[in-house]
Amino acid sequence: MNKSYPALAALALAFCATTASADKIKFDYWYGLSGDLGVTLAETCNRFNASQDKYEAVCTGYDGYELVVQSAIAAFRAGKAPTILQSFDAGTADLMMSGEFYPVQKMMADFGIEIDWANYFPGISNYYASSKGELFSMPFNSSTAVMYYNAADLEKAGVAPPTTWEEFEAALKAVKASDPARCGFAYEPSVWIDLEQFSAIHNVGIATNNNGYDGMDTTFTFNTTLHVKHMENIQRWMTEGLAELKTAASGMTSQDAFAQNVCTFYTGSIASHSSIHLKAVEGLAWDVIMLPVYEGNTRHNSVVGGASLWVLSGKSEDEYRGAAEYMKFLATAESEKWWVSNTGYIPVTKSAFEQLTAEGFYAAAPYKGREVAMQSLTFTEPGPLTRGYRLGSMIQVRAEWKSEVEAALAGQKTMQEALDTAVERSNGLLAKFAKTYEGKTLP
Amino acid sequence: MRRAYFKNNWVSALMVAPQLLIIFIFFYWPTSQAMYWAFTLEQPWGGGNTWVGFDNFRDILSDSLYWYSIQVSVVYALGSTVLAVGMAIILAVFVDRQMRGFKAYKIGLIWPYAIAAPAVGLAFRFIFNPTAGIMLYVNHVFPGVWDPSTSGNDAMIMVIVAGAWKQVAYNFIFFLAGLQSIPRSLLEAGAIDGARALRRMRDIQLPLLAPTFFFVLVINITDSFTDSFGIVDTMTGGGPARATNLMVFKIFNDGFQGLDYSGAAAQSIILMFLVVALTFVQFRYIERKVHYT
Repeated sequence: MNKSYPALAALALAFCATTASADKIKFDYWYGLSGDLGVTLAETCNRFNASQDKYEAVCTGYDGYELVVQSAIAAFRAGKAPTILQSFDAGTADLMMSGEFYPVQKMMADFGIEIDWANYFPGISNYYASSKGELFSMPFNSSTAVMYYNAADLEKAGVAPPTTWEEFEAALKAVKASDPARCGFAYEPSVWIDLEQFSAIHNVGIATNNNGYDGMDTTFTFNTTLHVKHMENIQRWMTEGLAELKTAASGMTSQDAFAQNVCTFYTGSIASHSSIHLKAVEGLAWDVIMLPVYEGNTRHNSVVGGASLWVLSGKSEDEYRGAAEYMKFLATAESEKWWVSNTGYIPVTKSAFEQLTAEGFYAAAPYKGREVAMQSLTFTEPGPLTRGYRLGSMIQVRAEWKSEVEAALAGQKTMQEALDTAVERSNGLLAKFAKTYEGKTLP
Repeated sequence: MRRAYFKNNWVSALMVAPQLLIIFIFFYWPTSQAMYWAFTLEQPWGGGNTWVGFDNFRDILSDSLYWYSIQVSVVYALGSTVLAVGMAIILAVFVDRQMRGFKAYKIGLIWPYAIAAPAVGLAFRFIFNPTAGIMLYVNHVFPGVWDPSTSGNDAMIMVIVAGAWKQVAYNFIFFLAGLQSIPRSLLEAGAIDGARALRRMRDIQLPLLAPTFFFVLVINITDSFTDSFGIVDTMTGGGPARATNLMVFKIFNDGFQGLDYSGAAAQSIILMFLVVALTFVQFRYIERKVHYT
């Protein structure tokens, strides 16, 4: 008999524990960040839950944005979708068209929670807003593309960090002249940097209808813009030995090639700033600058990358209230500072950025240099061609671009032919997307 | 030949019911759903679909790059099957001849089949890395000879080797069992007549292995069309320039990543019919040459 007491006690305890947590109203939150970033994100849930006695976020991580979106769709169709979904830009066109979400600005207003939306950087909030300016999803982990350079190499070659692509080419040549065996530019085809960021910075569109904001009968135009010249230059740099292809398949990603002191330059997300600090070989002197522009062009703002938080439709009012509380928690300067200092992401509100700057966050390593991303993102007010991209089938379009650029880099065709094919195929995808949602318009 | 019948049909129905239920849930139901989607444009988040008839199939079959995907799938299927079957026969013959340490080999050779495809992919990505390991030496001696990041052929060789390596183990088990079921007396009779090991293998063992060979061939071809996803995903991601964009990988990319459910469904149906057709051809033309003992 005695033996069963501990078991009984444990059972009773477990019962108490479940009733205690059952008092809290739970809502599901699915996210796509994995690895270290996923762990940090899970920590925001813990911090929220610890601060709450009424609501509890049940957070589930997936291995990548594609996977979390795909799982959320499957769950949604079965009526078991999460309340909050972390989704990336390219994956949200379908969600926008379906209308199966609760616009976050409306939700906060419905629950009477004051958020100063003007406090958000326009370059970030515009990206996640409807064409009329209503914020659909909550800006969260945000980044933009920057250029990383090896300071020691530039010093040895006697050149300053480049601000134009012409200067960049001259710098590559100077580096090559000072050390012929050196890899100048670690290049990895990235549609996000080479096309989307590049086009925004030069204020050229990638598609008609102001990058898709003004209608569904959109076609791509990036085979006729400055983008072609840029890609041809990259290809030329590779044939001249100034740049080298560094991808996972070639054994070393561009980021690793930079961190391991193999190459002088590399372009990447500001979110990699912390990764480089972790991976850099001993004594690597490096810094970041804004992506260069071509001479004769005025610089415009770059666009935001990363992901935002969507609230899906069909949940109960309690769950929405919980989600709203969570958003409110995230929107505090304190949460934002915690998130920014524990990851490589940038602050999304002006006040958090100002506070961080005032506290000297950006003055010293390891955070010094990250302010360059803010400078790039806020360089100008976002205009019709720099507020973002509202295009269907964007994931497949990105894949088409990548395959075609790879074909050109492998010498199977010229860059112009490759981009022509990519545009032609992407237009087919857009047409199919428009047909799938016949009679509807992007919000 | 004597045959056993169940007198009570209800009992037999009850016996097969669980299996039928599983096949229905995991095969017929999804297949019928895919069939339906293939003829519509399905919105991923629900909200309806439009019937478009054969439009999806027309789009896919008029796409030259889809035919390219079929082409690379066939190359992969043939390459990995020839390699996996060939290696497995050689290894099985060696083990069957009870060469020194064959027991350890036997276990070691069965092992790879239990390894998940992505793990195989990761391991081989490391082995075939052009800037580290053995391939670095090869590249050092013959500069630029190996680079799967730009050469489609190299990338294809890489996935074929990895796919075959995983499949060798499975084939090996069947070949070994096949070899061991050949009566020793036949081999001994051959030996007494003066046939050496190679001759005995060619004239006695291989012909008697034909039914096993046929089974393994069908399974390998089917498997290479439908189960190559994990390896491609971890090793090449379909690249470079679509050189390893196998049909099954393209389905995953379009459907699960690109959210083009209808296009992916139509591709699945095409893949299914292709595999059915190939299996039919094998049964029709190759099985004729097989003598079951």
